Amino acid sequence: MGNASSTLTQYDIEEVQRHCNNLFSQQEIVSLYQRFCQLDRNAKGFISADEFLSVPEFAMNPLSQRLLKMVDGLNFKDFVAFLSAFSAKASLAQKVEVIFKVYDSDCNGKVTFNDMIQVLQDLAGSFMSDQQREEVLGQVLHEAGYTKESVLLLDDFIKVFDHANLKMEVEVPVD
Amino acid sequence: MRKLFTWGRRSAIERGEMSKLKSSSSELDLDRPNIEDYLPSGSIQEPHGKLCLRDLLDISPTLTEAAGAIVDDSFTRCFKSIPPEPWNWNIYLFPLWCMGVLVRYLVLFPLRVIVLTVGWIIFLSCYIPVHFLLKGHDKLRKKLERCLVELICSFFVASWTGVVKYHGPRPSIRPKQVFVANHTSMIDFIILEQMTAFAVIMQKHPGWVGLLQSTILESVGSIWFNRSEAKDREIVARRLREHIEGADNNPLLIFPEGTCVNNHYTVMFKKGAFELGCTVCPVAIKYNKVFVDAFWNSRKQSFTMHLLQLMTSWAVVCDVWYLEPQNLKPGETPIEFAERVRDIISVRAGLKKVPWDGYLKYSRPSPKHRERKQQGFAESVLRRLEEI
Repeated sequence: MGNASSTLTQYDIEEVQRHCNNLFSQQEIVSLYQRFCQLDRNAKGFISADEFLSVPEFAMNPLSQRLLKMVDGLNFKDFVAFLSAFSAKASLAQKVEVIFKVYDSDCNGKVTFNDMIQVLQDLAGSFMSDQQREEVLGQVLHEAGYTKESVLLLDDFIKVFDHANLKMEVEVPVD
Repeated sequence: MRKLFTWGRRSAIERGEMSKLKSSSSELDLDRPNIEDYLPSGSIQEPHGKLCLRDLLDISPTLTEAAGAIVDDSFTRCFKSIPPEPWNWNIYLFPLWCMGVLVRYLVLFPLRVIVLTVGWIIFLSCYIPVHFLLKGHDKLRKKLERCLVELICSFFVASWTGVVKYHGPRPSIRPKQVFVANHTSMIDFIILEQMTAFAVIMQKHPGWVGLLQSTILESVGSIWFNRSEAKDREIVARRLREHIEGADNNPLLIFPEGTCVNNHYTVMFKKGAFELGCTVCPVAIKYNKVFVDAFWNSRKQSFTMHLLQLMTSWAVVCDVWYLEPQNLKPGETPIEFAERVRDIISVRAGLKKVPWDGYLKYSRPSPKHRERKQQGFAESVLRRLEEI
């Protein structure tokens, strides 16, 4: 199933569904497969960074480089597993985990002050100075009971987003 | 805190200056209306209240937009060759289909090749003498060449068994007017040319197409451009203007989308055709996909393969509507004018509009779009910081 041939068998669909913990329906997985094959131009079995960036809406996104690190070179199964956090059925914990992974760019399970500053830099660009970023982040951290030296783990993130109404859903078009 | 407040005021002034730049600059990036007006934006509701850690860490709107773009986006949809519905096969239909294939490839195709060859022989045997012998009599030569080009285009259309229905009044040859049409394939030009000898503005192609462009199309007065050259735009704009001023020149046909689209959508029109200060006559073209999909997916096939595909199908059926000429309304910018004409054409041909520039097929979006998002975010954060 590594190479993107044009047909998916029922076994393949069920395997992918298991891998993403049944967060997508079988029809959605078929649609995602069509999309995967559309983006993967030479049927390599994965989508390269260049092919992701050929979608202008994605290339314009401030967090595109961070996301690219997470999706570049994924095969179809992992591609669906990544997108499953954006399914309507995904739990809050799963969504927070994706957010945590975006912050934790060195994948060591810890988010430092510097990591957060860098994401803020991606989001605000040149419209906030370094000093403003540090001031803003320092202030909200202090109010939440952390300091600039604090290192946040996934549990801290889950605590911060406790009871939050996170709207992080993508609709998979099913023809 | 006060420092942040003064920064906030300064950004408003900068924003004002940026909008002044929009209307006067001829930069490629400032060429279009605000994409944010068209794109679905979940985070329009501006959050209020004091800024807390959760608000700052919450990147979910941006992440959702990115994931949404990965799953489906309106730009890629414009260039997808949507295959026709496969038939419901059964034991009776399949032999019929096989016979159809045999007829198309073994009977129709050779006949069409013969028709095209005869057409070329007639055309060349008239065109070459006219072109060289009548060098001194320009007016007569132009008239004859015009008729001959219309003739060879009719032969081309016949070679695909083209069934074209023209609606609306035939274009009249007047100065100070341009024709704009939606673009699906290079055959758009041939279909329109068989009715009226237009002058065309095209990308220079390699191979035999390029040869045809530099010899025959030169005689109807064509303009060439090169997508990859940045300075090219000014040169082309100047040549467009010169062409329109000339009373003798053939009417100019422009495809403002700048690239072939799959005949279900229209991408944004380039404003070049709309700031020439003349009348714009819209032409809408819609192909009937039941017979053949006329979309030339230049990424997937060469023009020769595309022509062969057309010549081995049953027919090319399309509708051409010549619509009411439009002028720039007082107080309207060229971009708004282009959008208005795009609207007219899209409604007539039943196409959906998307807010993308066709050239994004060949290049990445400019950083200005991302900067706009970043600016919005930064201002929202700083504003909430001031609220107590």
